[in-house]
Amino acid sequence: MHGQRLQIGYAGRTFENVENTSSNTPVIEFRDVAYVLPNGRELLGGLNLRVRRGETVVLLGRSGSGKTTSLKLINRLLSPSAGQVFVNSVDNGATDVIQLRRGIGYVIQEAGLFPHYSIEKNIGLVPKLKGWREDRIKQRVQEMLQLVGLESDIASRFPHQLSGGQRQRVGVARALAADPEILLMDEPFGALDALTRDQLQREFRALQQRLNKTVVFVTHDLREALRLGSRIALMEAGKLRLVVTPEEFMKSSDPLASAYVQAFVGDESISVGSIKDASIKDRGVQ
Amino acid sequence: MNLFHFLSQNYDQVVELTLEHLWLVGISTLLAVLIGVPLGILSARHPLWNRPVLGSANLIQTVPSLALFGFLLPVPWLGERADRIAILALTLYALLPVIRNTYTGIRGVDPAVVEAGRGMGLTDRQLLMQVELPLALNVIFSGIRVAVVVSVGLATIAAAIGAGGLGEFIFRGLAMVNNQLILAGAIPAALLALGADFGLGWLEKSLRPR
Repeated sequence: MHGQRLQIGYAGRTFENVENTSSNTPVIEFRDVAYVLPNGRELLGGLNLRVRRGETVVLLGRSGSGKTTSLKLINRLLSPSAGQVFVNSVDNGATDVIQLRRGIGYVIQEAGLFPHYSIEKNIGLVPKLKGWREDRIKQRVQEMLQLVGLESDIASRFPHQLSGGQRQRVGVARALAADPEILLMDEPFGALDALTRDQLQREFRALQQRLNKTVVFVTHDLREALRLGSRIALMEAGKLRLVVTPEEFMKSSDPLASAYVQAFVGDESISVGSIKDASIKDRGVQ
Repeated sequence: MNLFHFLSQNYDQVVELTLEHLWLVGISTLLAVLIGVPLGILSARHPLWNRPVLGSANLIQTVPSLALFGFLLPVPWLGERADRIAILALTLYALLPVIRNTYTGIRGVDPAVVEAGRGMGLTDRQLLMQVELPLALNVIFSGIRVAVVVSVGLATIAAAIGAGGLGEFIFRGLAMVNNQLILAGAIPAALLALGADFGLGWLEKSLRPR
């Protein structure tokens, strides 16, 4: 894998990054993946994408661009109509789907917590499914609550007794409980108010720096993508348009990327440079 | 002789017929749950089954109860004992609310919760037993409650084929044009229906997901 070139192509456009080895091994790889609905409508086509160990790839795009479809192909909530999706170099279509899913953390908007389970039971669910001992699960739940900045006494409460932000933290804790290598996040902070979202994004970034998971994160919010992504994969109408670092995204000549940047900048009196600097500084990127 | 005097004088018979009535309703509801809940689950999981299953249950409701008892009389084994016919007929009538509410309850579970469960690696069975059924339980119970209340009323007609129950007082009263006898059957039956409605309503409320 030394000196391997990563190629991500779309509509005759090719982006190449020379990468080096250890972090270079793709943990997730899409090879010519398409997803077509039974009525013949193509939701995703010709997707080629590699996600390296420890990086956070943000799938950015409008509604219907194929972001969530791509995410669900990784844990086989959907199966590709064509092509293959590899997880740790194994075709995920050839692996046991239940074991595959138990090895991948999954966080969705509104967290999808089980309303009839206590927080402790919600977080301990996957470890329990994996056959962990009760005392180990209890200990793990406390560790996870601490990790996501929640008090331990919250464990006995139920989801409806928590705020939206707390529920989302629990969602992240639940996804991390069995220590999966991969984390899939589908607009996890999308339903939160601006301040809580901002806080959770900061906390998640700090958490990711500590845990170094391989994360695929879906969002339609460029600010979130710039903050959290090691790379941004811009999608449009079921196609991957480009995969670049946040810095490259801000400078990209791609019309859609430029449109995102323009919309992000919003107020024309604020220079693109100052926003870009602010975002990149905010991410802690040198 | 007023009603209360009649009831106190025939206390043993009132208790016996009430117990018979409860037995008819209890057994038929139990059978309806055992048959209806799996059929409701099947309909919810496989939309192709939805129409034939709910359609058949609907069709049964259109058959008048007395006619249904009559149709079942010549059926071998079943026709040998009136209570068998009554239990089968009451079971068939109780199926619709049980099937429909099981279907509605399962389909009504928040899709995000179901998707999260699948995404975390729950098997179909685990998803059903640990997520869908517990969250649909209050809706299913609401169907059982309707089934019980309807069965308590319908079971009075079972006396027409000699299956016993509180309907015996009612039919005897009708034959003798004796309102007290009719009320002696109708009032305990109504109280049973109200009691079942209240008790199961309370249970349904306590099962409502937070």
